[in-house]
Amino acid sequence: MAYSDKVMDHYENPRNVGSFDKDDNAVGTGMVGAPACGDVMKLQIKVSDEGVIEDAKFKTYGCGSAIASSSLLTEWVKGKTLAQASEIKNTEIAEELALPPVKVHCSVLAEDAIKAAVEDYNSKKSS
Amino acid sequence: MSKSERVPVYLDYAATTPADPRVAEKMMTCLTMDGDFGNPASRSHVFGWKADDAVKEARGHVAALINADPREIVFTSGATESDNLAIKGVAHFYKKKGKHIITCKTEHKAVLDTCRQLEREGYEVTYLEVENSGFIDMKVLEDAIRKETILISIMHVNNETGVVQDIAAIGELARSKGVIFHCDAAQSAGKVEIDLEKLKIDLMSFSAHKTYGPKGVGALYVRRKPRIRIEAQMHGGGHERGMRSGTLAVHQIVGMGEAFRVAKEELVAESTRLLALRERLLNGFNDMEEIYINGDLSHHVPGLLNISFNFVEGESLIMALKDIAVSSGSACTSASLEPSYVLRALGREDELAHSSIRFSLGRFTTEADVDYTIELVRQKVEKLRELSPLWEMYKDGVDLSKVQWAAH
Repeated sequence: MAYSDKVMDHYENPRNVGSFDKDDNAVGTGMVGAPACGDVMKLQIKVSDEGVIEDAKFKTYGCGSAIASSSLLTEWVKGKTLAQASEIKNTEIAEELALPPVKVHCSVLAEDAIKAAVEDYNSKKSS
Repeated sequence: MSKSERVPVYLDYAATTPADPRVAEKMMTCLTMDGDFGNPASRSHVFGWKADDAVKEARGHVAALINADPREIVFTSGATESDNLAIKGVAHFYKKKGKHIITCKTEHKAVLDTCRQLEREGYEVTYLEVENSGFIDMKVLEDAIRKETILISIMHVNNETGVVQDIAAIGELARSKGVIFHCDAAQSAGKVEIDLEKLKIDLMSFSAHKTYGPKGVGALYVRRKPRIRIEAQMHGGGHERGMRSGTLAVHQIVGMGEAFRVAKEELVAESTRLLALRERLLNGFNDMEEIYINGDLSHHVPGLLNISFNFVEGESLIMALKDIAVSSGSACTSASLEPSYVLRALGREDELAHSSIRFSLGRFTTEADVDYTIELVRQKVEKLRELSPLWEMYKDGVDLSKVQWAAH
């Protein structure tokens, strides 16, 4: 399968790989996917008191497109407010990375991951 | 990193092999005006006679590798056609005797899909489970045989795992029950000894391009004693004793003949060499954490190794290993994202099936190729595990089987 240059770039030089302490109140964690399906994405965001995403990290088990989608996502969410980050659409990711139809689900997973991370952060705040 | 002479290194010999230079050279003598280009069916001139001689010689070489009579060899376009011809041919010829066929879940699609087609035609097919080692339980096979069973189709060497099935025992059982036994030997010819004088196999499929011959040609062995009948699937001029019509592809057949001649000559030496190379490869991975070998190595074709690197997804690993040509089962070749059905049949969890890589070594693989592969794989697996949330959880002592995954 031919991958786009952008996928290859993110795959070979993934941005923001790593983890934050998931128990930190300023951190929201989104873990989506399942090993049996061949991909699991963990996305973490560190949020300022003003509700701006200061930093993001990811780890992904999955194909090159899944790794690239999550790597790109960490770049995009930095500096965004929670509301802005939640508005990122999978189609934007798929378009940016020129994902073939069979790999579109990777971008869907990335969108799910940021939504889950924001939700996790919000639930911590409200509790 | 130690440099291999050739990058990318080809380690996908189970998918196809390059033609041996001796094969290519021989094939070129059957194409042009000054060569044996004639139609072997032309009885009226020397061009036809010479082409017929070339085919005869090739037929002899193919038969010799498997200790069969040349008259038992039917040339086809490849193992897929041979499987189709054997299974449909028997089913259609013997349908008055019964309409039940037994095969196995880990067979090649050429067998499974042919059986599906027969189901649509009203036949009944039993798909046997295999043990986790990849072997068929003979008791399970015996229990599956009924009065109406006309055919058992079980492959010799599995294309994904390299496991060698006990075809001698299956043959004995089939013969004692009066059931015809077809065996797909695409992955075993020239790698494992096949003696059809001893084995009670009635039909056997072969491919040229897995044994350093050209693509587009194969053969079906059809036993003469006791005589096995099949209904032709390709009709026309009555070539190949009426079992497969169509002008013989002389250059292809000559290529296959030469490939099988060389295979017979080099079988023992090459198996020994490949086994040593596979041991070298396996030893290179042995101290890695969380690796699982797929298929029992005790009854195994020498040049193949299928390993799951847990917590690393196979397709991304293959992408990382772009300097070596390997495959992850048969799944990633298609648009399907399903993990290998063969590994699942061996009882592998989906995640391990997703993490599998098949290394298949061959005639032109060197020690340097293997050493390079070991280093590259170790490095890339480590990198991808650093990237893997599953590896992180495993390292933190999380039991992954107990995690509630958000399905998508």
